Amino acid sequence: MEIYRAHVLVCKGTGCVASGSEPIFETLQKEIEKKGLDKEVKVIQTGCLGLCELGPNILIYPEGSYYCQVKAEDVPEIVEEHLLKGRVVQRLLYKEPDSKERYRSLMDIDFYKRQKRIALRNCGIINPEIIEEYIANDGYAALAKALTDMKPQEVIDEVKKSGLRGRGGGGFPTGIKWQFAANAEGDIKYVVCNADEGDPGAFMDRSILEGDPHSVLEAMAIAGYAIGASEGYIYVRAEYPIAVKRLEIAIEQARDRGLLGKNILGTDFSFDIFIRLGSGAFVCGEETALLASIEGRRGEPRPRPPFPANKGLWGKPTIINNVETYANIPVIILKGADWFNEIGSEKSKGTKVFAIGGKINHTGLVEIPMGTTLREVIYDIGGGIPNNKKFKAVQTGGPSGGCIPADLLDMPIEFDTLVQAGSMMGSGGMIVMDEDNCMVDIAKFFLTFTQEESCGKCPPCRIGTKRMLEILERITNGEGKEGDIELLENLAKSIKASSLCGLGQTAPNPVLSTLRYFRDEYEAHIKDKKCPAGACKALIHYEIIADKCKGCGICIKVCPTQAITGERRQPHVIDVDKCIKCNSCFDRCPFGAIVKI
Amino acid sequence: MAVALNQQQDFIEKLNKIEDMLKKYQGKRSALIQALQEAQAIMGYLPIEVQKLVAENLGVTLSEVYSTITFYSFFNLKPIGKYHIRVCLGTACYVRGAEKVLDRLKTELGIEVGDTTDDLKFTLDGCRCIGACGLAPAIIVNDEVYGRLTPDKIPEILKKFE
Repeated sequence: MEIYRAHVLVCKGTGCVASGSEPIFETLQKEIEKKGLDKEVKVIQTGCLGLCELGPNILIYPEGSYYCQVKAEDVPEIVEEHLLKGRVVQRLLYKEPDSKERYRSLMDIDFYKRQKRIALRNCGIINPEIIEEYIANDGYAALAKALTDMKPQEVIDEVKKSGLRGRGGGGFPTGIKWQFAANAEGDIKYVVCNADEGDPGAFMDRSILEGDPHSVLEAMAIAGYAIGASEGYIYVRAEYPIAVKRLEIAIEQARDRGLLGKNILGTDFSFDIFIRLGSGAFVCGEETALLASIEGRRGEPRPRPPFPANKGLWGKPTIINNVETYANIPVIILKGADWFNEIGSEKSKGTKVFAIGGKINHTGLVEIPMGTTLREVIYDIGGGIPNNKKFKAVQTGGPSGGCIPADLLDMPIEFDTLVQAGSMMGSGGMIVMDEDNCMVDIAKFFLTFTQEESCGKCPPCRIGTKRMLEILERITNGEGKEGDIELLENLAKSIKASSLCGLGQTAPNPVLSTLRYFRDEYEAHIKDKKCPAGACKALIHYEIIADKCKGCGICIKVCPTQAITGERRQPHVIDVDKCIKCNSCFDRCPFGAIVKI
Repeated sequence: MAVALNQQQDFIEKLNKIEDMLKKYQGKRSALIQALQEAQAIMGYLPIEVQKLVAENLGVTLSEVYSTITFYSFFNLKPIGKYHIRVCLGTACYVRGAEKVLDRLKTELGIEVGDTTDDLKFTLDGCRCIGACGLAPAIIVNDEVYGRLTPDKIPEILKKFE
């Protein structure tokens, strides 16, 4: 094996690829070759490093130097200075938002040092397209341990004892789910991986599949051994092309090395995995709808019971777990339930991956022990709110969750505390909102989403969410009526009680939680016909303050409808009839002369 | 006239290709979604002629094929433009102003969401979270992501496809 004195890790997750990491990867290879360093320095593509906001990201070991927002033009300097002369390129090192200090190593950065990476243990560290790198990091050791040292029931007991709860939304204990399927009668059973990550603002499953696909394959094989299944299906969104490609490569490599297929590791156990692509239907994240879709039908949910553990794919006993849940399994089997049990809080064991986004300085992926507070995640890890704006709320749980206000920021993050606060863990999206976001508008946004994604099978969800959306549209248009709030509450109660599946049962949550914490905003829209955040178009108009306007003409240039007129160096005027309220002038005015009223 | 003839030939060639592809799915009802995905990859959309082929080969009714196509947002019944612009409407993009970006695209292209320009150049769609939340608000043109957008960056991006 060749030994290299330095490794350059280039993030090739979706975020960094979009920011331009591919040309950087190629230029690095070329420059390194040009300097004759290709026998000493190895360039590796990895999965997501987490800090997508600052992409493209590269990491150079052994120093652990973390360079962010790298451009292809910077590459010759990195190669010449850092790799050839051993001098760290200071100007490209990461720096905290409000400090001048630049950090030499990744592990000194607040964003990383407060994290505990279990599910993301290999993301950003190994090359996901090379199975040996996974194996070198204890990969497939848990499968070997399960197959050779443990009986299937012992595997299930270990998972039960670990206290692992499903990371896809509901938080159902994983071990108990496996036990049901193991106990169910039938000679054919299936293992399914739900990778139909649909919650807007959540991308942890995609990052795991892109950065560490083998951890999911290994866990599915372990699950197959535990419940007595010989086939597994991964249902993954077609919108994730990089994840699909890496999964295909991983499955192929695992088959080649006898880690999938017939008689795995020379034992009697045979197990293989197939990929099915989702076709863009949010409801397919619901387990019975997902199974219908794998079977090639419309992804409509059906009533439970019977639960999939008894009657699942093609009517056979089936377990369905989400990607992040599976990614925890190999570590639990290898290090033991007691080790896992130590991490997290009393009722929520282990860690949770969150995708933090919205109005936050460090958008990206973080994995924290359960029980960490919202404040730590948003301020200490996420770096707080940009542009000195005030924090208003954090939304968790996607369209099924709710908005949590500032006075609950010190709440520990656990399955049950989030539910008590009117939200839920969900798959781990965490969107931060500031004073410019209108909470009625956010509720409308989520209702628009669930309304469009409602499959239409049951009336409470199909018709109920439509009626709720109509009321919210009326309120944000300034046509709200006395009694609308009560009507929303009534509808919400009936929809929650009578919908067929999780989508409908949780659809009213964004409305209920914003009503609980931000009722005054609803009232301002209805009674005063005002949007306090200045976000609802129908309730605002734009004006130019003549004293502040310098007549620079920038607003005239950016206005797409020629609604602004005025001589140079003279105060400009907005024609309200022509204005489409696109906000462009407001964003671009250097003097703060444009106001929303 | 020559153009129309060319188009017709092209259409028939693609139909033949789809028929070949469908051989491996003969009578396999459960492969319906896979078959439709592959057919759309060849034709670009799923006109009635393709739907009929799929129904015949897999042994399902035409109504079942149609109901499955219309259930999933990935499938198109109409041809889409050369440049397919999809605006991410995930939460992170929304709170950072995706709607204003979408509005500007509508004004610039003169079409509504779901429509295609008359010259078949641009199709405008909203889409679910693409997971590029770090670059919010973001759009995808064909397979390329454009991030950190503001409405006034739109004309410049569209110019690239002139």
